[in-house]
Amino acid sequence: MSNSDPLKCDLLVIGRGMAGMASALFAANRGLSTVQVGMTGEIVFASGLLDLMGVHPIEEKKVWQDPWAAIDSVAGDLPDHPYAHLTKDDIRASFVEVLSFLEKEGLTYCREENYNSRMINPLGKTKTTYCVPRSMWSGVEAFEKKPPCLIAGFRGLGDFSARQIVETLQHQWPELRAARIPFPDTDHVNELFAGDILAQSLELSINRKKLIESLRKHREDAEVIGLPAVLGMNHTDEIISEMEEEIGVPVFEIPTPPVSVPGLRLNDAFVRGLSAKGVRHFPQSQVVKVRQNEAEEFVAAIGHKPAQHTILTKGIILASGRFWGRGLYAERDRIRETIFDLPVYQPESRDKWHSEDFLESGGHPINQAGVEIDRLFRPLDSFGKPLFRTLFAAGSILAHDDWMRMKCGSGVSIASAYGAVKASLQLE
Amino acid sequence: MSDLETQVLIIGGGATGTGLARDLALRGVQCILVEKEDINAGASGGNHGLLHSGARYVSNDPISAEECRLEANLLRQLAPECIEDTGGLFVAVEGDDENYIADFPLLCSKCGIPIQEISRDEVFEREPGISKKLIAAYLTEDGAIDPFKLSLENLAQAQNLGCTFLQHVKVIGFEMGQNRVEAVHVLNAESGQERLIKIDQVVNASGAWAAEIAALANIPIHILYSKGSLLVSAYRLSQRVINRLRPPSDGDILVPGGTVSILGTTSVRVHSLDDVRPTVPEVDLIIDELGEVVPGLQDARYVRAYSGVRPLIQTQEAGDDRAVSRGFAVFDHAQDGLENFTTITGGKLTTYRLMAEKVADLVCEKLGVSSPCLTLTEPFPSAKKGKWTEPGLSSRVWLKEHASRKPILCECEMIPENVIDDIVGNIRKENITPSLKAVAARSRMGKGLCQGTVCGTRVTSYLYEQGIFHSDQGLANIKEFLDERWKGERTILWGEQLIQTGFKEALYCGLLDLELD
Repeated sequence: MSNSDPLKCDLLVIGRGMAGMASALFAANRGLSTVQVGMTGEIVFASGLLDLMGVHPIEEKKVWQDPWAAIDSVAGDLPDHPYAHLTKDDIRASFVEVLSFLEKEGLTYCREENYNSRMINPLGKTKTTYCVPRSMWSGVEAFEKKPPCLIAGFRGLGDFSARQIVETLQHQWPELRAARIPFPDTDHVNELFAGDILAQSLELSINRKKLIESLRKHREDAEVIGLPAVLGMNHTDEIISEMEEEIGVPVFEIPTPPVSVPGLRLNDAFVRGLSAKGVRHFPQSQVVKVRQNEAEEFVAAIGHKPAQHTILTKGIILASGRFWGRGLYAERDRIRETIFDLPVYQPESRDKWHSEDFLESGGHPINQAGVEIDRLFRPLDSFGKPLFRTLFAAGSILAHDDWMRMKCGSGVSIASAYGAVKASLQLE
Repeated sequence: MSDLETQVLIIGGGATGTGLARDLALRGVQCILVEKEDINAGASGGNHGLLHSGARYVSNDPISAEECRLEANLLRQLAPECIEDTGGLFVAVEGDDENYIADFPLLCSKCGIPIQEISRDEVFEREPGISKKLIAAYLTEDGAIDPFKLSLENLAQAQNLGCTFLQHVKVIGFEMGQNRVEAVHVLNAESGQERLIKIDQVVNASGAWAAEIAALANIPIHILYSKGSLLVSAYRLSQRVINRLRPPSDGDILVPGGTVSILGTTSVRVHSLDDVRPTVPEVDLIIDELGEVVPGLQDARYVRAYSGVRPLIQTQEAGDDRAVSRGFAVFDHAQDGLENFTTITGGKLTTYRLMAEKVADLVCEKLGVSSPCLTLTEPFPSAKKGKWTEPGLSSRVWLKEHASRKPILCECEMIPENVIDDIVGNIRKENITPSLKAVAARSRMGKGLCQGTVCGTRVTSYLYEQGIFHSDQGLANIKEFLDERWKGERTILWGEQLIQTGFKEALYCGLLDLELD
């Protein structure tokens, strides 16, 4: 079944991760008619923390307090890094736009505009990041001041141990204490829970009352309480306010490994808000085939094989991600781009893809792999010329960016999406 | 520093050392087994887990072939819980040496090895994955054996009979007397504690390290180091052990083991025993060679590669390591002027029991002990200590014990909390500090598709909640555990497994900042 009438739009966004979501947002905000395709939102795998720029050079493990100074340094040292293609004004503007959108969708972020923050992670280490969901902000403040603090975990939430966090942080935070409490009405269940089930059940006030009761008993001298990030799905800020009022101390969430509730909240906020802005999304759809017509427009067949819809679009933003998003795929002997078969910058052979140690400070060369672009975020052919006039790329599919080590994943995704949309408007 | 005393000190906790400990213990001889790392840390853990029918050796090493046949049959009787009796299949495809194919039945019959020719149709019915270029096929009696379970069970029975096991304990020197070793200096790598063990007899069963140990007693032994690398597939790819029907060479054996298959091997001369790892060219060679008989291997998903070092006894400067005997050697160092020092090295997993018997006979003679060897007739007591290393067992037990089931900590391999409790309990009984690496070595933890991504954090959290981990030792444990997994992953990362690893790095580095310290 294929529609004979193609759906016409200004921009087709390929990808449902942070870069795809941000691209669709920027495009819709600028009045472009936008269609988005992609499989289950990769963004659900996000931690909920938005990194901007944290570590450079990675070999030296140099952690930056000021992300903007770090970006200057990266742009100077690594002329191929995506940040070198962006101005700081654009990066700042891209964050303002995304954060205000998320706030309107009920997901408020906190940040120190010119500083990175440190958030406790489930290993009991701290992670350097930039924007933190409001539900976690008291945790950032608590880590700075280190008052008496209770970290509580739930029996049955396997990826989170309060005791682990406390034991690991104890030497720098002596007044940290752990408790393990049963989650309301789960005593009879002998399984590990996914966080979203706990989060959904805390949307009910009867469960919250029981949790609050239990936390009151364990509070003792604690001046602040940390819990795994499962405090509701859609009303987290209200739920936390209620808990703080009833218990009498600030309450904060601690991120958990993916798929985590903050990632799901981020996905929900984008899906809701983008749909309200008129972004057309075809769920569980992929680009099956794409070609360019005589008028330099793209004709994309989307859906599952066989394709169900045809999209006629003036431009495309490729935000299909790296390997996890399947924008790139590694054969035994080479890495290829999966939709256009674009040239991919990559180490010369598989033997060079990975370093000898997993935690090697220089990172793995394969994480430099990706699509190389011009100043207008257009993928290049092997001669260094843009392949198509209106094909743009954004996010982790871009080459020369080890975002996991540099702590710049969200930042590069959001800012490069901004750059790509801006470029597409320039070429209108 | 406390001193110990024993009749026999065994150096090396591989198949031979643990087998010897059991053999001596059954004869009523008191012994101490020292191992510098963990059980089967050397070649005993770095092999196919193949119970040889002997058919592979009929052309180049008929003595080994016969030994394999006899020992494999014994182990089937005495240690059935360590064996999956899959049966074997030797297959030749177009282009293979036709003379070898023609000679194979006669060579097998000379060694008393039963084989049975089967037709193309029968082959494809039993093993649909075999190449259509098949030209000859024989059924054999090869099988799969779990080397970890085997060594752990040997050790468990030896310990029950009074043998002392000292882990992470390294021999650092010998105290010499008149024509004999009086005592052995050992160092505990974890505690830094040095001890002196007074001995009547020493057996050097340290495998590839035999020359290093012998050198401490000023005895020269010449050993060639031949690295063999192997791959583990994500799924089981055949029912039987599949051998290429050709003279032994690289990449010609596919061994199923529970839910996975193991492909191997290579033979690469190495000059040092430090940090022996598989390489990308080895991995590609194995897949390409075995892919000729099982084409699906070209597109299969792999989770891990690993290497072992075969100690080959050097009798002359041989060009091809496969031409050097895979047999074993017992060196009675009385001929070198040390009457109570014996070295055993070489050999194969399948013949470990025979090796232990031979050296135990010699040691007992020296001790004046006349009790006969019992490992020929005595079945394993099935101590179950090693049972959690078996692929697929944990999930079967979990399903069976439905009523009392506990939460699953490792989802790939279905390992519930109570299995982790059980393993940690055993580790403590062995007198070592529980670590993720030690738990992983005694179970399927981290051996599934995600290679430790989920269970790494989850088991760590669990061990904190159980009060087993303290302070920040979880961090060092996770690093050590991931490092160990990585050695196996690095060379097989493409396709789906690369995607999986990317997720792992995003979690441990992207979110958890584990690389920043």
